[in-house]
Amino acid sequence: MSALAEGHPGPRSATEAARQRTFGPLYSRNALAVVSRGLMAAKSSTWLILVSGFFEPVLYLIAMGVGLGSIVGAIQGPGGQEISYAAYIAPALLAVSAMNGAVYDSTWNVFFKMNFAKLYQGMLYTSLGPLDVAIGEIFLALLRGLLYATGFTAVMGVMGLITTPWALLMVPASVLIAFGFASFGMGITSFMKTFQQMDWINFFMLPMFLFSATFYPLSVYPQYIQWLIQAMPLWHGVELLRQISIGSFSSATAVHVGYYLVMIVLGIMLTTGRLRQLFLK
Amino acid sequence: MNPPIVISARNLTKTYGDLTAVDAVSFEVPAGESFGLLGPNGAGKSTTMKMIGGVSRRSSGTLSIMGLDPDNHGPEVRAHLGVVPQQDNLDEELRVRENLIVYGRYFGLPLSYLRPKADELLEFAQLTDKAKSKVDALSGGMKRRLTIARALINEPRILLLDEPTTGLDPQARHTLWDRLFRLKEQGVTLILTTHYMDEAEQLCDRLIVVDKGRIMAEGSPASLIREHSTREVLELRFGSERNAGIGVELQGIGERLEALPDRVLIYADDGEAALEQVTARGLRPLTSLVRRSSLEDVFLRLTGRSLVD
Repeated sequence: MSALAEGHPGPRSATEAARQRTFGPLYSRNALAVVSRGLMAAKSSTWLILVSGFFEPVLYLIAMGVGLGSIVGAIQGPGGQEISYAAYIAPALLAVSAMNGAVYDSTWNVFFKMNFAKLYQGMLYTSLGPLDVAIGEIFLALLRGLLYATGFTAVMGVMGLITTPWALLMVPASVLIAFGFASFGMGITSFMKTFQQMDWINFFMLPMFLFSATFYPLSVYPQYIQWLIQAMPLWHGVELLRQISIGSFSSATAVHVGYYLVMIVLGIMLTTGRLRQLFLK
Repeated sequence: MNPPIVISARNLTKTYGDLTAVDAVSFEVPAGESFGLLGPNGAGKSTTMKMIGGVSRRSSGTLSIMGLDPDNHGPEVRAHLGVVPQQDNLDEELRVRENLIVYGRYFGLPLSYLRPKADELLEFAQLTDKAKSKVDALSGGMKRRLTIARALINEPRILLLDEPTTGLDPQARHTLWDRLFRLKEQGVTLILTTHYMDEAEQLCDRLIVVDKGRIMAEGSPASLIREHSTREVLELRFGSERNAGIGVELQGIGERLEALPDRVLIYADDGEAALEQVTARGLRPLTSLVRRSSLEDVFLRLTGRSLVD
């Protein structure tokens, strides 16, 4: 009874087999298809965006770390020991780059696909569930985060800012940070209808980048500002990577990691719920 | 043995706030049938299609696709369906053939199946030489054919077509109809919405006429015409000023008379005879035309309005 069945003999065809899988109402265990679509599309998309996302933190590191660092001198790191200013801000910039990569992919990219390319609408007409789409898209954002983090860590190595093997853990930790931002970013993007609204994301991210103990310690702020910043996700990422970069861990490390784990879970719940509301109403 | 029922809707209803888009609609579609939803824009056709496709949740009533409730088994129901939405939503970041392959991946199909299948469908859609083109570069008709080819990648039992030929030029429409007819011959169940009566007459074994979310009539195109219209129709134009007022003078000719802004329709089993009666009364229409009754006339009869505004 199948369309154009000739040429595909056999009692149990590929299409039958695909229908015999177990499906959930929201998830059909096929997020990989969304990922491979993203990779295929990336072949033709602008590499320039990827490259610019990588260079931005590198330029900051050179300008601030090397340039400004020469007049700042040494600074006290997480464990109390003195480190160079460049070594102090480098992990923070890595956290920022993980955030930027993930946020770009999960907000602007998703916004376009959702509102203009009608990509998700097409996907949800197939046997994909909204959770497959959410996981697939978030994974793609993570992949970008991973690329940025690996590149930036290599730059740190070249600049002599890596002094301990622990520092290699910055790469997976960056992916954790990217995961938190990507899963939340996609959920938040689903509420956005216009480009003006999308600008709010930048409005939120720029101060977070500047003030999350990125360039100087939190202690310069009065107590209530400190609390505000400690509630923000980027500060936890900055602190986590800074601790890892010199291999100096404390009980706070677990808090930082936990913050992101909670953010990931809430973000995925939000995103899946929103996709369901938007496309399966 | 009768073919099994693949779609069954009972009092299917969809409301958006105060608006009732689909109002207690019931119908059944057996496997292999070509079933149409005919009605004007805003009649609730697309909403009904979306509920069948499991991308819109019904407000009340029951709906079963291949024995499954699309609200609770969305991905599983859609595994049996091919969907051609009203607006093409091809993946513009991918090339023509990639569109087919990637879409097949969404259904969890292996590449060993998809590669030959994609080529076969490109052939079917007459797009073989466009395999590596960008989607952007395709004409409207080609995009539509690619969308249909894409919907066939999972060898669906049911193909949902929402306004498949709207916006296409006549030649592209005929090419598309030919392709759809082949699918029908292969036993694919076709569900299509249209506001073109000729499309419904060409493609549908059976259809429901819908207006304002309700079913006005149900049957085969021929039986609907037989039931709700005469065999022939005489179309007269007297010029836009006189069309409305002329009704009185035409009283008694044919079975029924419909005065539209641009023309007067006289329903009669013998159109030529009716025309003779008109001229016998000394009336001189600017143009006259005798034609067969169509679904357009059925719709006009049932709702008092034309299908296409």
